[in-house]
Order: sequence, then C-alpha cells, then structure tokens
Amino acid sequence: MALTRAQVEGIAHLARLELDPAEVPQYERSLSRIVDFIGELERANTAGVAPMAHPLPGLAQRLRADEVTERDEHDLYQRNAPAVASGLYLVPKVIE
Amino acid sequence: MMIDRRTVTQLAADLRARKVSSVELVRACLPRIEASQPTLNAFVTVTAEQALAQAQAADRELAAGRGGPLAGVPIGHKDLFCTAGVRTTCGSRMLENFVAPYDATVVARLKAAGAVMLGKLNMDEFAMGSSNETSYFGPVRNPWNTDLVPGGSSGGCAAAVAARLLPAATATDTGGSIRQPAAFCGVTGIKPTYGRVSRYGMIAFASSLDQGGVIAQTAEDCARVLRSMAGFDPRDSTSVDIPVPDYLAGLDAPLAGVRIGLLKEFFDTGLEADYERRVREALAVFERLGARLCELSLPNIPRSVPAYYVVAPAECSSNLARYDGVRFGHRCRNPRDLTDLYKRSRSEGFGAEVKRRIMTGTYVLSAGYYDAYYLKAQRVRRLITGDFERAFAEVDLLMGPTTPTAAFALGAKSADPITMYLNDIYTISANLAGLPAMSVPCGFAGGLPVGLQIIGPHFAEQRLLHAAHRFQLETDWHTRVPERCA
Repeated sequence: MALTRAQVEGIAHLARLELDPAEVPQYERSLSRIVDFIGELERANTAGVAPMAHPLPGLAQRLRADEVTERDEHDLYQRNAPAVASGLYLVPKVIE
Repeated sequence: MMIDRRTVTQLAADLRARKVSSVELVRACLPRIEASQPTLNAFVTVTAEQALAQAQAADRELAAGRGGPLAGVPIGHKDLFCTAGVRTTCGSRMLENFVAPYDATVVARLKAAGAVMLGKLNMDEFAMGSSNETSYFGPVRNPWNTDLVPGGSSGGCAAAVAARLLPAATATDTGGSIRQPAAFCGVTGIKPTYGRVSRYGMIAFASSLDQGGVIAQTAEDCARVLRSMAGFDPRDSTSVDIPVPDYLAGLDAPLAGVRIGLLKEFFDTGLEADYERRVREALAVFERLGARLCELSLPNIPRSVPAYYVVAPAECSSNLARYDGVRFGHRCRNPRDLTDLYKRSRSEGFGAEVKRRIMTGTYVLSAGYYDAYYLKAQRVRRLITGDFERAFAEVDLLMGPTTPTAAFALGAKSADPITMYLNDIYTISANLAGLPAMSVPCGFAGGLPVGLQIIGPHFAEQRLLHAAHRFQLETDWHTRVPERCA
C-alpha cells in the first residue's frame, strides 16, 4: 500500500517531527515499502490466538510498594536540561 | 605496539598473580585505541583518566589480596549504558551532550566486580540499525576489511573486541544487535534471556525486546562477565527474580547426548552457499562430540521480521516520545511555540532511520490501524513463541547461521530499509520469544568471519555457554585476529 504525501505528513505531525519538504518523498517511498512488508502479517492465521505483550509467558510484571525510595536529585538532573531557571524547566509561553 | 590477545579469563588470572598490573594494561590499551580511531571509529568516548584511576584502585585491592572477580580487567560499555558523570550518547545527536546522572545497574555491577572502563563504544543511533552506519558519530568499520560494516547495532563493541582493543564489552540485543556484529567481526556474543540482565539505566529502544549481554573473545569469557552482570534488580520491573547459576561451572562437561535441532527455515532462503558450508562443518563438530542432530521445522519463523517491524517501532515511538527538548537532550534554537520546540528539537536531534522507525510505530499504533498491525503482530509473536516451545520439547538447543551472509560493504544496503532489515532474519525470532541466544565464530567465507547461532529455552544460558565452550576447545576460529591488527 502506497502512503500519500499527506499521510506521511500526518504521521510526522502525530510523532511531533518536522520533515524537510525535500525529504518527504524519501519517507513516502520507504514507509510505503515497510507498510507493504508488514502487511504480509495479514495472511497469518491467528484465529483464537491471544496477543502476546510480554516475552516471558507466565511471569507477571512485578509491582512495588508505593513508597518513596529516591532522593531529591533535582539539581543533578537539571544539569542536563537545555534551559532552567530557579529550578524550573523553561519552555516557550503556552498561554497567551 | 604489541596487541594483547589475552582473554578476560587469562587477564583476571595474570592480574591476581601480579604478573601484570591493571595500570600497565590500561596504559597499553589507550594508545592502541587512539591509533585505531581514524580507521575503526569503535569508540565515541575514551575515558582515559577515569580508567587510570580505576586501574590504580584495582591494583591496590589486588595487592591487598582483595578485589572482585574482574579486578583490574579493562572493558568497554556500549554507549547506551548510563555511566555516572560520563557522556552517554546512544549514538545520537539528541544525546550528544548528555552526561548520565547515574550508573546503569550493569555498569555498577561490573564496577563492583573490579572491571575498569576504558570508554563508551560506538553504535547505531538508539540501537536502530544492522550496520553501525546510523551513528551520529560516524560509522564503525570492520577490522577484517575496513570497506565493510562491522554489523550493528553493537558495531563498536564487536570491532573493538575483534581488533583486540579490549578483551570484552557490554552490548545490547533487541533484534540481533549482539549476535549479528559478533558474527560479522569473528567474536563471541551472548544475548541472555529477556529479564536476566537488568535494563535499569539502559537507554530504551523496544522495552519488550531489549536485553543486555556480552561480546568477548570466548564463551568462557562471556560466562565470566555475564556472571557479574546478571541477576535480579528491583529497579527494573521486568527483571526476573530467579537465582543466577555459576555460568563457569560445568563448562568442560562432555556434550554426549545433547540434542541439537537444525531449523529448516534458517537454511531455506537467502543463505549464502559458503556460509552454509561453514555452519554445517561446525554442526559436524558437535556431532563428533557426541551431540545428536535432527532437523526441525518452525513454520511461523518466516513471519518474525514483519512481526518485529511492527512491535519494535511501536515500542520505539512510545519510548522516544520522552525526547522533547525540555528536560534533557537536544533543543532547537529560538522555538516559536511549544509545538515548534518539540518538532524541531526532535527533527534536528534524530537521524533518518530513527525518524523512520518512530513514524512506522506511530502509524501502526494509530486509530484504525492498531488491530490490523499491532495486535496482529502480537498474535503472530505468540505463534512464533509457541513454535519454539514445541521445538524445545524435542531438543536441548537449536543451531543455525547467525546471518545470511558475511559482512557487507558500507553503503551496500542503506538505500532500502527492507534489505537492511532482512539482515536480522535469523536473529529476530529469539528476541520475540525472549530466548537466550549466542553467536560463535565458526570459520570464514570469502575471507570473512562466519557465525554459528545457538538458541536455547528460557534461562538456559549455561547450556548455550557450555556448548559454545566445548566447540571452542575443538576449534580455533575464535583465536583468529584480523591481519591489520596482528
């Protein structure tokens, strides 16, 4: 199935990616190839087969007690932030 | 400068016997790494100062008769394991300046075992690639022929061990990222059972598939390093609370009576003739050692690659949503508004293959397509896992080729993503089923290394390591070193 330019731009927007107009045709081609390739799964007979989300059947995801276990490392973590002031992350104005 | 061909096992013994000091080893390794960088580009960051400090500390421990099982042994980490105070890039511009605030559990455990970190190894961006060509820091080259790729995504790890720049490295495998580069570079690699090694501090790509492991010269070294890495970690909710056996125990036991299944589907399509000959010769060695061989068919295996290219991109699109240009990672200049900040930071920070996978994942998870692709792929995943369960009711191990061909030229497969994805046709199924799997050097095709793949049931790492070790006692493929490095 060939994806259209509008579809590729729509997917990019959902993924919060901005594609250079010049690179869109390349993604149109390669994503169409991929969609064709994974479309092959349609032919598998999966009637009555439950979806498998975890690779170790029978082993459930553990839950831990709802307790605070970490120290406040906020200064350390904010050292990697592109823009901070007074311990706050800075972003462009959201509300006019 | 003479290369050091000693294995982890030999180095650990020589260090303990004080035949060599850790500082001497580190001082010998660093200039060789430096000299190799312009051609191999195996490292993203070399941590010379920290390595010397760690080596001095290890030497003091050893002098006092103390020190962990890997005291003083130099190793490297794939650059997606967080290392406190050291840049951790994941091969991406997005994390070009990211300094990890804490150690991954794997890093902390190997540090506690006394291993000395020489640096962070190059890789495909966010571990998405099979050739190491998607790294923001440039491709790694194959030490056997620098016109060729080393495989990926753990290309830097495999190339560094193959060139004997270091004796072992940590690596990760989501669809073949340990086994495929190990095969291409003629080294030994193990991807353990999903959940066996903690993923805490391992930058996420596809969380139901990612698993940390080891690339080294020998199966015995893999066992030695894995023993110090594996085990339950309360900080990883998918880590499995099952005791870690001593992987070194029983490695020399006879193989007589072990039942080995050959996967018919792995020998069916696309396998290069010379590659197949080397794999069949390796299987004959196991037969001579007393193993019993039989052919098995796992009919759902051919659907592994399409199922993987739904599941892995879906998880990737969700995991990589965290890179928003706000809390860490690349941020664009002068954003107009918040959406512009997200879009341009992500578009500038991620490379083409990562964007392609995020978009594939976004597509298969989007309204109207979720059932047709994502749920369907998860159902196929169960069929594939069921195939393996039936196989392991009849045999102890499965064997076959690791890859369909030996290493290919840089650029040869980058034009079409499907051509690149099909490289992992034999490795992906073990990730979907969460099984442990290894690649072991088993000869040469056209002068390039060939890998034998060994797959076992869940938590059978010891069985894999045992078979691989016995094979390495009978053969010397794992001791071969590229001429340019010798």
